[in-house]
Amino acid sequence: MTAVTTGGAVMGGRAVMAGRAVVTGIGVIAPNGLGLEEYWSATLRGETGIRPIRRFDPATYPVRLAGEVTGFEPKDHLPSRLIPQTDRMTQFAVAAADWALADAGADPAGLDPRAVGVATASASGGFDFGQRELQKLWGQGPGHVSAYMSFAWFYAVNTGQISIRHDLRGPAAALVSEQAGGLDAVAHARRGVRRGAPLMITGGMDSALSPYGLAALIASGRLSGRDEPARAYVPFAEDACGHLPGEGGAILVLEDAARAAERGARVYGEIAGYAATFDPPPASGRGSNLRRAIEGALADAGAAPDEIGVVFADAAADPELDRAEADALAAVFGPRGVPVTAPKTLTGRLYSGAAPLDLALAFKALGEGLIPPAGGGPAAARYGVDLVTGAPRPLTRSAALVLARGFGGFNSAMVVRSDRAREGER
Amino acid sequence: MSEQTRTTELTVDELLEIMRECAGEDESVDLGGEIAGVDFDDLGYDSLALMETLSRVERIFGIKLPEEDLERIRTPEAFLTFVNERLDGGRTRISG
Repeated sequence: MTAVTTGGAVMGGRAVMAGRAVVTGIGVIAPNGLGLEEYWSATLRGETGIRPIRRFDPATYPVRLAGEVTGFEPKDHLPSRLIPQTDRMTQFAVAAADWALADAGADPAGLDPRAVGVATASASGGFDFGQRELQKLWGQGPGHVSAYMSFAWFYAVNTGQISIRHDLRGPAAALVSEQAGGLDAVAHARRGVRRGAPLMITGGMDSALSPYGLAALIASGRLSGRDEPARAYVPFAEDACGHLPGEGGAILVLEDAARAAERGARVYGEIAGYAATFDPPPASGRGSNLRRAIEGALADAGAAPDEIGVVFADAAADPELDRAEADALAAVFGPRGVPVTAPKTLTGRLYSGAAPLDLALAFKALGEGLIPPAGGGPAAARYGVDLVTGAPRPLTRSAALVLARGFGGFNSAMVVRSDRAREGER
Repeated sequence: MSEQTRTTELTVDELLEIMRECAGEDESVDLGGEIAGVDFDDLGYDSLALMETLSRVERIFGIKLPEEDLERIRTPEAFLTFVNERLDGGRTRISG
């Protein structure tokens, strides 16, 4: 079933406002900024979080740069009981969920705990925690392995810890579809709202920058081995050579639009449309299905291509994948038909964390009327992509498109709209 | 691999220090007060926190404690008795 909502239109005498899911709170952990405002302003300034890896000595690895989060001290943000039982990605997720709820001015304690849910994505699980405990297992013996290993490295643990912390017993889910998971989780949370949850906590968080985690990421064959932070991750460039990994992500508070309006909540905007497709096997000779995901998300949002003011690209920085993304955009919007940006060049690819961060930026961009630039130089002409670089560009339209592709053939696309942008146009 | 083990009794202060280290502490609970007879639940410690503590205590004393008895132990006082009784006699040493 494809649900096409038309954002407030009345069909058959029934307002389809019901079931609209809006974002009312955002918590951000990024390599170039903690918290939404810090991250937004760093991104507008083109400030990079890409640096030589400091967590361990990367000299012997083929990848030595990454977007590490700095200045996050777990004890400043988490109760002491949670610290020994959580991986870094979970510490990020729990803190960002706290920030998102505070930002929304929403206290789940006032709601029916059986109705409020959590849906998050993680692509790597708790690698740092897992590596430490596996080293103890083989180095010191099973008696030295933490009891918390039983759950601390699971993909689902962020959803679980957020649920426990706020006593949320409604729909709970963990989505694992690599980079696409960040959008898939938010879409799942939207389903939760449509089915009657007054509030859902959603988003994605990843951190796999331990030696074992980095080795696993390198195995994809898609990482860049360059050592100059400004030229190592350059999507759509002639010398694109893969991406850099990063850590972090964003947690969002999603609410039923009517409920948010009733309580007078500040609304960043609406999750208006979503679609996901899967690619055929690489050897099949058939091309990417990203275009179908974009068209599906636009249809779901009831949006024409010209409503989209900016695309937050997946930006793989791999010549073949960049080509596929450029072709999909050209097919839907025309050559250079829509401004495209890739602020993830300033953070590295954050896997499940990437798309929720792009959603956060998309809402800020629509609200402030500014497209944040991608790092690096303009796109190579042959791609036909209007990549925003160097400085922010004005944004006047009311919707944005966020794309995320996951290793293994996942394509997800999400359309967001902002009422604030539309108010600004009046 | 062998570890330095000890045979003197575990004290309540030591137990709390071990719990703080391996499971943190609930900010809303004053662990400095009279807590020897207080239920672990009220101290903010769940079953996993106790398992983690048990494993740490086993390593310090070089003993093996029966995990299945853990669910009957509800207070720091009972935990101390459980451990110290096994230090006094019939101690099972972990080999190597």
